[in-house]
Amino acid sequence: MEPLLIKVIIVVVLFVITLLVALYATFAERKVSAIMQDRIGPNRAGPFGLLQPLADGVKMIMKEELIPALANKWLFIIGPCIALLTALMTGAVVPWGGAIKIGDQVINLQVADLNIGILYIFGVVSMGVYGIMIGGWASNNKFSLIGAIRASSQMISYEIAMGLAIIALVMTTGTLSLNEIVMQQDAGIANIAIQPLGFLIFIVCAFAETNRAPFDLPECETELIGGYHTEYSSMKLGFYLFAEYINMFISSAVIVCFYFGGYNFPFQHVFAEFFGLSSNALSIVQTFMMFGKVFFFIFFFMWVRWTIPRFRYDQLMNLGWKVLLPLALANIFITGLVMWGMGKI
Amino acid sequence: MEAIKSIPLNYYIILSTALFCIGALGVMTRRNAIIMFMCIELMLNAVNLLMVAFSRYIGDSNGQVFVFFIMAVAAAEVAVGLAILIMIYRNANTSDTDVLNKLKW
Amino acid sequence: MSITLIIFWFLSFLALLSAAMVVFAKNPVHSVLYLIITFFAIAGHYLLLSAQFLAAVHIIVYAGAIMVLFLYVLMMLNLNKETEPHKKPLIKFISIIAAGSLMLTLVAAFKGTEIAVVSNADPSIGSVESLGKVLFSEFLLPFEVSSILFLAAMVGAVYLSKKDLN
Repeated sequence: MEPLLIKVIIVVVLFVITLLVALYATFAERKVSAIMQDRIGPNRAGPFGLLQPLADGVKMIMKEELIPALANKWLFIIGPCIALLTALMTGAVVPWGGAIKIGDQVINLQVADLNIGILYIFGVVSMGVYGIMIGGWASNNKFSLIGAIRASSQMISYEIAMGLAIIALVMTTGTLSLNEIVMQQDAGIANIAIQPLGFLIFIVCAFAETNRAPFDLPECETELIGGYHTEYSSMKLGFYLFAEYINMFISSAVIVCFYFGGYNFPFQHVFAEFFGLSSNALSIVQTFMMFGKVFFFIFFFMWVRWTIPRFRYDQLMNLGWKVLLPLALANIFITGLVMWGMGKI
Repeated sequence: MEAIKSIPLNYYIILSTALFCIGALGVMTRRNAIIMFMCIELMLNAVNLLMVAFSRYIGDSNGQVFVFFIMAVAAAEVAVGLAILIMIYRNANTSDTDVLNKLKW
Repeated sequence: MSITLIIFWFLSFLALLSAAMVVFAKNPVHSVLYLIITFFAIAGHYLLLSAQFLAAVHIIVYAGAIMVLFLYVLMMLNLNKETEPHKKPLIKFISIIAAGSLMLTLVAAFKGTEIAVVSNADPSIGSVESLGKVLFSEFLLPFEVSSILFLAAMVGAVYLSKKDLN
């Protein structure tokens, strides 16, 4: 098969899977929160409430499309589009499974194996700020603007600590390509053991970047009405909420790739020999393990949301600038010292 | 994609010059201080593009390192410049550069 | 017409068009958005020139950080197209003539020159590894000094924009 056709198939499959996972993440959130709050959650639409996301989607489509009279019409529409676009684009560099060999063709389950994969992720995450800023500004509403300013300043503050945490990781792995980082963890040990502080900083920053609790001040219902998506209704609001869940999914995937070995699992080669699996079958098992780990982290995101109270804005900025940034710098310094001591520099 | 084989260097020189002149036009035409600032960034970017093109066609990586430093300096300049602009706006209540022609407000 | 040439023309057209819209757009927020599109087109040119690291850093720094700063200032100052003053039409006409003659001069200056193009230049000079090697060996002092520059810029920006809370 032509390489281009294979890429198109991988892109379409990844797109469909991302949308499905985000859709059922909305349902999972309601069920998980219900279990934690000792109630049942949605169970009317379909068996065990499994068709609830479809009902939500139909509800969103059927609502009235409102554009406020004095709002900037094109910017109002572009805001959610940018948010969804950048949310989906990040998943292009994540390796979703091992290589599959068909005949003499080796297909990597990855849309684009860039040798600057980490920089690509940072570029796309930086662009994600625009979706919120433009949406908040174009609403012509003071509260939307305040919510947008808060959300975007939160995102750009935590991007810095995230970048510095990743620099320490790049120092130890020596490569910016996600595929190579995952393959190095197959040969060695999962990066969480090498960079525990980096993992902690990265996951806190991931919470802040995706505007998830406890950093969801910009958009919670009890503050500023709805924050930057106050004036949005129907599918444009759907895009914003969807973009948040897709961001959560992709953040979990990136965390798994960086720190938890990606699609590898412990003793996988012994497992493959024991069961006599071909390399293609092993790749499929690896893909399932990858998704299992990603789903665990999505559950972790939701778990934290319903456990910890949210930060006030000044506490949030204090944490980002005065705690995480020095910690990330110290992490780089310590990593450098240890690498020098071990003779790896 | 090997641009070096099919695109002559002159095309990049003309593109970069055109971008630079559009930036210069913007600085001369607009009165709003923020737009003037953005046109200055456009001029810096035109120079960046030219340096990267030359670096690629001659095979010297010094050009790309210099672009790296130009980006760093431009970022610092934008930060301080916008801070000055905000201060001016607080004092004079306008960002119109034709009005800001007094040494002491 | 190879695919490279088509991409080059498309990116150049996009860059020039959005640069012109930056200058001529009435609403300042639209100007900022057109400048972001220009930066993307220039990053595309960098990729075409095999400068991948610079393309990524360009997007992260310029389109992702500096333009956000511009948008913040615009939103705080609340500038709309109704409050936008214009220069006199005579000044606009003269500045267009001046910019045009600047372009003619610069292009004519390059016209007669023969630039020594190395035909088998190594494309890997744009990769992260080789740029890193050059940056940390030949250009170590400017790299360290730029950190002091950033410190000065940060202190300056924070101090200059503090409000006097008397």
